[in-house]
Amino acid sequence: MRFHKSLTERISGMMNASLLGLLALLMIFPFYYIFAVSFTSYEEYVASELILWPKRWVLDAYTYIFNAKEFIRSLGVTIFITVVGCLANLLFTATMAYAMTRNIWGQRTFLLLVVFTFVFHAGMIPTYLIVKATGLIDSYWSLILPNLINPFNLIVFRQFFLNIPSELNEAAVIDGANDLQVFTKVIIPLSKPAFAAFGLFYAVLQWNTYFTAILYLNDPAKFTIQVILRQIVILNDAANTLTSAARDAAIAESMPPVETIGMAAILIATLPILLVYPFLQKHFAKGVMVGSVKG
Amino acid sequence: MNQKNLASELEALPNLSMTINTSRTSKLRKRLWKERYLFLLLLPGLLYFIVYRYVPMLGNIIAFQDYSPFRGFLNSEWVGLQHFQKIFSDQEVIRVLWNTIYLSFLQIAFAFPIPIVLAIMLNELKSERYKRIVQSILYLPHFLSWVVVIGIATIFLKTEGLVNRLITPLFGIEPIAFLQEPGWFMPLVILEVIWKEAGWGTIIFLASLAGVSPSLYEAAVVDGAGRWRQIWHITLPALRSTIIILLILRLGTVLDSGFEQIFLMLNPFTIEAGNVLDTYVYFLGIQQSDFSFGTAVGLFKSVVGFVLILSANWLAKRFGDEGVF
Repeated sequence: MRFHKSLTERISGMMNASLLGLLALLMIFPFYYIFAVSFTSYEEYVASELILWPKRWVLDAYTYIFNAKEFIRSLGVTIFITVVGCLANLLFTATMAYAMTRNIWGQRTFLLLVVFTFVFHAGMIPTYLIVKATGLIDSYWSLILPNLINPFNLIVFRQFFLNIPSELNEAAVIDGANDLQVFTKVIIPLSKPAFAAFGLFYAVLQWNTYFTAILYLNDPAKFTIQVILRQIVILNDAANTLTSAARDAAIAESMPPVETIGMAAILIATLPILLVYPFLQKHFAKGVMVGSVKG
Repeated sequence: MNQKNLASELEALPNLSMTINTSRTSKLRKRLWKERYLFLLLLPGLLYFIVYRYVPMLGNIIAFQDYSPFRGFLNSEWVGLQHFQKIFSDQEVIRVLWNTIYLSFLQIAFAFPIPIVLAIMLNELKSERYKRIVQSILYLPHFLSWVVVIGIATIFLKTEGLVNRLITPLFGIEPIAFLQEPGWFMPLVILEVIWKEAGWGTIIFLASLAGVSPSLYEAAVVDGAGRWRQIWHITLPALRSTIIILLILRLGTVLDSGFEQIFLMLNPFTIEAGNVLDTYVYFLGIQQSDFSFGTAVGLFKSVVGFVLILSANWLAKRFGDEGVF
């Protein structure tokens, strides 16, 4: 009897484990497939049904994409807004969050002001008109300023600062430090993990910027990688998106590897995320960000 | 005597209140000066909230105008509630509203329960190492952009894509136009949401399970309870309040569909089946420059969303939890 029970339990445990393993495989299969096909020659892709391992590894799609000035430029734009945007996000989120941990005049009002934006959204069009009125249309700053501070991150950051013992504050003040010095010399060094975690999360958001780019940018020269990616893959319009590469291909009288270009583009646009993923994981595993999952 | 006293007292009052007043303002001034560095830290953020979060809220007044960009916010003609009346008489708006709510309920029915099941399954895993590997894979799609997710879906599902290449010879059917067929729109939205967010959604449930004392399971084993009974009597009750809270809060956001995903999936074939409030406002206000009506629809959405969220939060509190705000 006892043996019987533990056997069924072991079987159901194994089934559970294999089912989860299967799900995990199902989740990464699309990546693997796209990875494999992006290195496949166009002829082989068209000829065979399912490609799991290219017969011949070729770089056609990648050479084509890196020949396209439009693609390189969009990568440059995205790297710029990711670095500058993430730094700006961090700086202004952290400074405001810290000031809101202190017992300053009007602190309740400021907190209410922030929390209210969770529940009431200004709306897309009025925000667009204000962005326009502040002269940001077609400027890279339109991708940074309108989302400078994520209110949720602000509150979680504030929570983090509140957990720092106030004795450290007081000790620094006794040593003659002003509040600015307390922030830069005491609080920031103690909050490195929080800065790393929020920095990574903000960076991922910036890298994935799409909505604000289509909303505020009209000039194709300023498009971010996600906008270009949509045109190549979802609209299937590599020829009109990557015109410089298409022109070169036409001159060389070579057929562009249409299908595999999209896959290579997806892979390149995902690579930075995959690179920072282990670090991201370290932070949310630690629970720093669990609060922000609540929303 | 008494009267005189009273009079002099009354006379003294304004003076008194004035001295209180001046001492109050000087106290305030002193306090602000003392806190000047903190205000220096606060100010840029505060300015951001005012300019890009609160001024646009005021900008919603154009919903009551016939806004023209040349006349501006203050000089455009006022039309009262005209645009709002149109919301409830316009067939297209009603269809869009229906799509929005229908999609949300499909999500609650099919996408909402999956992280719960996944979390329970993960919780049952014996090997910590295996659990961590599975978790890392399941969480990953959360960090990908919607463009990448829908790009992948497009590559797999287009008529000449892998799925059709595999199923057409298998079932002897014509290729299915998953991306153009209106009937496939909502199921695909749900599947994509599940692929992208189901793993990430387990985190909050796993966090509630981490708080369950192992001694409960040990006691259950001593009492002869098997795996299933342990799940039923210990794991599920431990998740109960989290499930209820998340469900209620999800009900508070039924009008949010996620602009990027829907926008990226829409095409001329699926626009009728898939257009939701967020994308409708974009097409109307930004692409067709019908600022006032677009704003009215957006404001309608914000106000209803506001009421729903506050009610949801109130409801969550009534269930004995602290709510979110």
